[in-house]
Amino acid sequence: MVSGFLLVIARDLRLALRQRADAWLAVLFFVLTAALFPFGVGPEPNLLARIAPGIIWVVALLAVLLSLERLFLADFEDGSLEQLLLSPLPLELAVLAKVLAHWLTTGLPLIAAAPLLAVLFHMDLAGLGVLLLAMLLGTPTLSLVGAVGAALTLGARRGGVLIPLLVLPLYVPALIFGVGATDAALQGFAVRPHLLLLGAVLLVMLVVTPLAGAAALRQALE
Amino acid sequence: MEKVTAFFQMGGYAAFVWPSLGLTVAVMSGLLIATLRQLRGRQRRLAELEAAGAQRRRRAASPPAAPPGETREARP
Amino acid sequence: MHRFANPARFTRIADRVLPFAAGGAVLALALGFYLALFVSPADYQQGESVRIMYVHVPSAWMAMVIYVAIALASAVALIWRHPLADLAAKASSPIGAGFAFLTLVTGSLWGRPMWGTWWEWDGRLTSMLILFFLYLGHMALMNAFEDSQRGYRAASILALVGVVNIPIIKFSVDWWSTLHQPTSVMRLDGPTIHPSMLWPLLIVALGFKLYYLTVVLLRIKSELIAARLRALDLAMVKGS
Repeated sequence: MVSGFLLVIARDLRLALRQRADAWLAVLFFVLTAALFPFGVGPEPNLLARIAPGIIWVVALLAVLLSLERLFLADFEDGSLEQLLLSPLPLELAVLAKVLAHWLTTGLPLIAAAPLLAVLFHMDLAGLGVLLLAMLLGTPTLSLVGAVGAALTLGARRGGVLIPLLVLPLYVPALIFGVGATDAALQGFAVRPHLLLLGAVLLVMLVVTPLAGAAALRQALE
Repeated sequence: MEKVTAFFQMGGYAAFVWPSLGLTVAVMSGLLIATLRQLRGRQRRLAELEAAGAQRRRRAASPPAAPPGETREARP
Repeated sequence: MHRFANPARFTRIADRVLPFAAGGAVLALALGFYLALFVSPADYQQGESVRIMYVHVPSAWMAMVIYVAIALASAVALIWRHPLADLAAKASSPIGAGFAFLTLVTGSLWGRPMWGTWWEWDGRLTSMLILFFLYLGHMALMNAFEDSQRGYRAASILALVGVVNIPIIKFSVDWWSTLHQPTSVMRLDGPTIHPSMLWPLLIVALGFKLYYLTVVLLRIKSELIAARLRALDLAMVKGS
């Protein structure tokens, strides 16, 4: 079972490596979209520093969203999803493995690019550690919830447009606690409660979303 | 009369109270009317189809008489 | 459980319940609005604008109750594969979305004189906005498939994920709004409520519930006929 789990991850990572452009695109989108904000609100350093955590989080959320559609779609279309369903590995674990691979190829690169944005936005670098820690706890939640949305819309008309509508409302808690932690660090308030809540959300989603995602895949393949 | 105007003025909040109530009534009755119209339309179509189906079955039961063109007409 | 799955039987029961539900809704709404507009007193702080509460608060209750009802119907549909539960969930979500929309607009109309703005990022209103989006997602997913069965199944899973998330969203939004708005914000639930205000509120709320029951039964009936029409169309195509 463990080997099956690792096999799914390894396969997805190999595919992602072969199509490196996809992962780069998400990071590029992340940086590019964030770089638009100074044009929108003006380059005033204090203002940029104040809104930096919020912008980094919102843009990260959108970048993850962008990458969700292809999470199951290619496997759905070429039939490998059906093989996954027939394999001895429980589908819930297979979903978890695919989510982990998705996070390694989107969430992790975004975290790596976040310090660059922090610098561009004049963010007080004392808060950088907390920002990264919060993203480390928060972005897996984005991948997990997103996987359910991606699985539910397989074979739907306008599936790609539907995913944001389904997933964005469910991203609100991760966004609130993620930004809250970074803001608290920057303003010298206690960071722990925000991070604990972020972790709690992750734990709940870690249980709920593989179940829901597997159910969604089963009905998509029926 | 003064009492009536005072009532409609709602202590100066008329511009907020009446639109709230009006919109509530509008949305609720709009949803009800849309539901009823959809239901009536579907009931009518079902009745037509069933009548057509019954006719067809009756024709099919009395075999050779009906020429092929006529049976086709019975279908919408 | 599947006793009620028989469409004819359901329609028979629905036709028996409908007159009472519709009549009760009309009576309760007439009495409730009469009490709310003529009998209940104006609030000593908010004046006559407090009368918006009598539609705003029951709408908010309905928006929440209907989502829970959808989640329950979805669970029944997924576990027992009960066809009527699917139809009940499908019939409910436009009504719930309507009430969520009413909550938002009446909240805005109430907020304008109280807060001085058309929109305040207050915890309750913001949660309701997210609930409204959840309804829209549910409706969109329900209708996104050629095969209606897939739409039912997918929307059921979404509703269950949604109902698990709602308390988390509610908590996070409350947390967020207390962080950003320290005090002094007028909250849209009125002060401690006096019986002369509570009764009209409860009667209007009862009227809304009966209205929901009426409309949902009508919509399920309508869906049943639509399914029968689809089957007949299919038979025609195969027959010709």
